[in-house]
Amino acid sequence: MKRWIRAVSLMAVAWVISSPGQAELTIRITQGTEAALPIVVLPLAWTGQGQGTPPPEDVAAIIRSDLARSGRFRPLIEWPETPSTVDQVRYPVWRATGADSLVLGQVRPAAGGQYEVDVQLLDVFQGTRLERYTNLVGADELRDVAHYYSDLIYQRLTGEPGLFDSQIAYITQQQEADGPRYALMVADSDGERPKRALRSYAPIMSPAWSPDGNRLAYVTFEADRAEVYVQDLAGQRQVISSFPGINGAPVWSPDGRRLALTLSKDGNPEIYLVDVSTRQLRRLTQNSAIDTEPAWLPDGSGLVFTSDRGGSPQLYQMPVRGGVAERLTFDGEYNAGATVSPDGRKIAMVHRTNGDYRIAVLDRDTRLLTVLTRGRLDESPSFAPNGSMILYAAKSGGVDVLEAVSVDGGFRQQLQLDQGQVREPAWSPLRKR
Amino acid sequence: MNQHAFFQWALMALILVLVGCAGTSETVPTQEPVDVVDPTAGGAETGAIVGGSSLSRRQYGPDAPPGSPLAQRAIYFDYDAATVKAEYRPVAEAHGTYLSENPRIRVVLEGNADERGTREYNIALGERRAHAVRRIMLYQGAQPEQIQVVSYGEERPVSAGSGDSAWAQNRRVEIVYAGEE
Repeated sequence: MKRWIRAVSLMAVAWVISSPGQAELTIRITQGTEAALPIVVLPLAWTGQGQGTPPPEDVAAIIRSDLARSGRFRPLIEWPETPSTVDQVRYPVWRATGADSLVLGQVRPAAGGQYEVDVQLLDVFQGTRLERYTNLVGADELRDVAHYYSDLIYQRLTGEPGLFDSQIAYITQQQEADGPRYALMVADSDGERPKRALRSYAPIMSPAWSPDGNRLAYVTFEADRAEVYVQDLAGQRQVISSFPGINGAPVWSPDGRRLALTLSKDGNPEIYLVDVSTRQLRRLTQNSAIDTEPAWLPDGSGLVFTSDRGGSPQLYQMPVRGGVAERLTFDGEYNAGATVSPDGRKIAMVHRTNGDYRIAVLDRDTRLLTVLTRGRLDESPSFAPNGSMILYAAKSGGVDVLEAVSVDGGFRQQLQLDQGQVREPAWSPLRKR
Repeated sequence: MNQHAFFQWALMALILVLVGCAGTSETVPTQEPVDVVDPTAGGAETGAIVGGSSLSRRQYGPDAPPGSPLAQRAIYFDYDAATVKAEYRPVAEAHGTYLSENPRIRVVLEGNADERGTREYNIALGERRAHAVRRIMLYQGAQPEQIQVVSYGEERPVSAGSGDSAWAQNRRVEIVYAGEE
């Protein structure tokens, strides 16, 4: 059992993924896990000496850091030799390293400045090749293909879908001389290639991904009151809801046609459905209490939401066709801001315990509530596309940061901006390939 | 256009621009300036920034002796509560009476919350607080169309810290006069 101790200490040495650029997230693994599988991801050989430009991205390094960030793998950082084809592999040498799996391959120059990426996954103990992945990509797609391969490797070795070929949206706040600047940002799942989707003098809130990953709904105060917009990744946007009072908490239906959201145009906050193309509204709740923060069940049959109809904020569930709301949470005086896992079996929420606000998960079958985080002001949980991790907002040393925790609580990381505050993370679905 | 005419035109244009600048710096805007939002230009990497800078806000409203209820522009609340406490009732009543006596004046009640708890629930809580103040103003004879309610939840704290005193300052309704129409 010394092996896992080494693994944990190795992982605890801050796996920093940083690169130049402003407002970029730096990811640091703060707690490793004993169950991580040892793997070697060798540098990919560039075969284009003298012809073409070497690839501008280190595909193997991206795969290595993806696998480490998953919490399921422990990429070894030393290796005895560097084969790039299967016939160069001497399996006994690799068995001696303790690695279960070996990833190797090549990047070859192709016509039109493209690259042929060729990656092979080997089982060290069986001495066999498990998979071979090849793609022809442009220089600006090398990071995409690296994340895609990380997911394929993850799926092949764990039997579960991957999570890296995806994006995260988040809100940043930077202090300028004449006041704060808010931005809605979209970055790769590893925090790289951040792009600004919207910049405002006024607060931006509650980003939510469409199920196809092509659009974001969000709340903006740019008109000195709350409005809900939908924006595509090219930057085209439209107002969806601009009623008097609250226009808040938008979340996409699983079929991508509707948003559930909160409107207070009739006097107090109620949950509505709005058809994104026709803007037709349907009111779901009728209650003098606060009803807000809707979350869809993945099958689209119902919604979980926050209500203080019982005297304190708790989670309730109701059918999407309307009807009786059933209370879901009974532990503690504050349970709010629900989000449902992609498989529909867990509900993550903000749960107050001894005055601290933490992320907890309710198992929908057993009705057991488990507190996963350790902060004082944790909020905005968002499941990874495969449900294996929860990304959320926290405070660290007075600064707003993001943190991630595996759903079993065994693996943790922190994502911090080089300057400014970051909050309200929303993890996109996996890209369709 | 010959060269002489061009320079005359350019000089005129320059004068107009300078006069324009001088004029705006002396003119008191009746509303918070809001950048024109092009719905197609809200996108990434354009550098466009939407909304109006909050520092350009200007205070309007009644001239009242310092310390009087009418001079106070904020009402503070207990944690997770939206009841206007007895000590702040005179403030809401004084502004309600002022609105009743000045029916052309408009006010925005900005509801706010402290940072604890979820952001959207805090939006709802801020609105509930603003509505509590609004109800008192209506009792005093203010008309519904004079009062607009906006909740910023925990998005616009006046105190950036985390702790009881910062939280107490942030759980508030701000009374913001929009000036006469």
